[in-house]
Amino acid sequence: MMVWLILLPLLWASFAFLLGPGRGTWLAMAGLFAQLWLAFALASEIVAGGAVIHAIGGWGAPLGIDLVADGLSAAMLLLTQCIALPLAVYAHAYFKRDDPAVTYFWPLVGFLLAGLNALFLSADLFNIYVTLELLGLAAVGLVAAGGGAQQIAAALRYLFATLVGSGAYLLGVALIYGAYGTVSIHTLTPLITAEAPDLVWIAGGLMMVGLMLKTALFPFHFWLPPAHGGAPAPVSALLSAVVVKASFYLILRLWIGPFSSLTDAAGLVVWLPALLGALAIFWGSYQAIRAERLKMLIAYSTVAQLGYLFLIFPLLASAGALQAGIMQAFAHGLAKAAMFMAAGTLIKATGQDLVAGLAGVAERMPVTLFAFGLAGITLMGLPPSSGFLAKWQLIELALSQQYWVIAFVVLVGGLLAAVYVFRVLRQAFLLAPANSVVTPVPRTLEWTAFVLAAASVLLGLRGVELMQLVGVT
Amino acid sequence: MSAGLLFASVGVILFALGVAGVLLLGHLLRRILAFNVMGSGAFLVLVGLAQRNGIADPVPQAMVLTGIVVAVAATALALALVRRLYVLTGKIELPQDDEG
Repeated sequence: MMVWLILLPLLWASFAFLLGPGRGTWLAMAGLFAQLWLAFALASEIVAGGAVIHAIGGWGAPLGIDLVADGLSAAMLLLTQCIALPLAVYAHAYFKRDDPAVTYFWPLVGFLLAGLNALFLSADLFNIYVTLELLGLAAVGLVAAGGGAQQIAAALRYLFATLVGSGAYLLGVALIYGAYGTVSIHTLTPLITAEAPDLVWIAGGLMMVGLMLKTALFPFHFWLPPAHGGAPAPVSALLSAVVVKASFYLILRLWIGPFSSLTDAAGLVVWLPALLGALAIFWGSYQAIRAERLKMLIAYSTVAQLGYLFLIFPLLASAGALQAGIMQAFAHGLAKAAMFMAAGTLIKATGQDLVAGLAGVAERMPVTLFAFGLAGITLMGLPPSSGFLAKWQLIELALSQQYWVIAFVVLVGGLLAAVYVFRVLRQAFLLAPANSVVTPVPRTLEWTAFVLAAASVLLGLRGVELMQLVGVT
Repeated sequence: MSAGLLFASVGVILFALGVAGVLLLGHLLRRILAFNVMGSGAFLVLVGLAQRNGIADPVPQAMVLTGIVVAVAATALALALVRRLYVLTGKIELPQDDEG
């Protein structure tokens, strides 16, 4: 089952490539549907019977490559497939047949998903490096797909950032292999202790910094807004919703796995990710409040929302912090995909991308604006959304350990999110100027965004199941 | 100093030079070359550190082969993008500010 989660997207991506530019939509949809089903089946298998291990081709580690799925990986797989399917339906309606951006869209999306699924299932550090690169190269290709000079520049900036990130990660892996002679996460976890040589500390630091660069954590966020803000809407949605979460997932996995003895002994260093996360929340929100273009606003909001993910690190010692982090990843993933999709629809309909040009869309495109609003509710963390659940749990954990400052950051971040969300909504409810034109758009565009936005709110009511899944090891 | 340690130290120096190049250079071709220097540094550490008593360990060599394939693919993608940028703007440098 796990193998098919990787093979299926590889297969349909290759076929889509062979079929020629812009084709393969239905193949992709069928594949994505099967993947969604597989992810659900895997998750229910894990809830019932614990983590699953598969030795590829019958060759287990250390000679072969093991695929391992526990609750955490199953949750991320589920999030990825849940977003990919509606997104594909949206993309099919979004791209015109002769749009240059659609030429290699389906193959690249397929390779991207194969890389993502493989990453979530990998159980050794080197395999993770390979999947990170697969993911990064496919993502850069998607950013460049528009073909304009600005998009190419954004893609190159992103490419260099992601290559330096995975380079640092690889150097860390090399040092770890030099020290222990293995890259299997399972074998390394008991081997790395607090008395580890300095080399291992340096390796851990390099890997963490490399992954933070790829997650666009402040101050490494410089590449994200142009890449996510400049790409076509379906690409922005995919990158912001799931791709940046992949490297966050790795940081989390290493932090609570092989490096847990190091992080326990690190003292105040565990506050560094949380500090950067807090700065990301403030800086990202500030830039989002100032942004003139709608997609830049949403991209900076991604920088801010990623910050919350890093607030959990000082709290990880207590139960529930992991769940809060994954809940935030789900909340932001679903809401941000919906928001970028709604923004793409608004930009298509109004023919411009300034926030100031949105006057009157509330009247003409109520469904899309409602989707944007629902996604905004999740980002602000209002009940009953999944964002509320994540932030509530974060605040509760922080207060129970007397970390007032984390609770304060979460609350202020919610208020700042409200400022930039309402900035868009306020503009949309203004009366349209007499000369404004709103081109009609396909209904599919409006409703797919709505489905994801509604899911991000309704997940708040079914959060218990997800949290149970994440807890399975 | 053993041969392995020497290889690893040179690898670390190459890696640092490469990272500095990718971050600081303006000309995109040089940045791509710097990325390759950086990658080679990491590979050298991987192969150099892993030999025990002068006998090479085959596992990191297989890893480095995989790594080289990845680096070639990344270089090809970067070159294709740079060429496209050159066609569009006539420059082999990133524009100063593309926030616009």
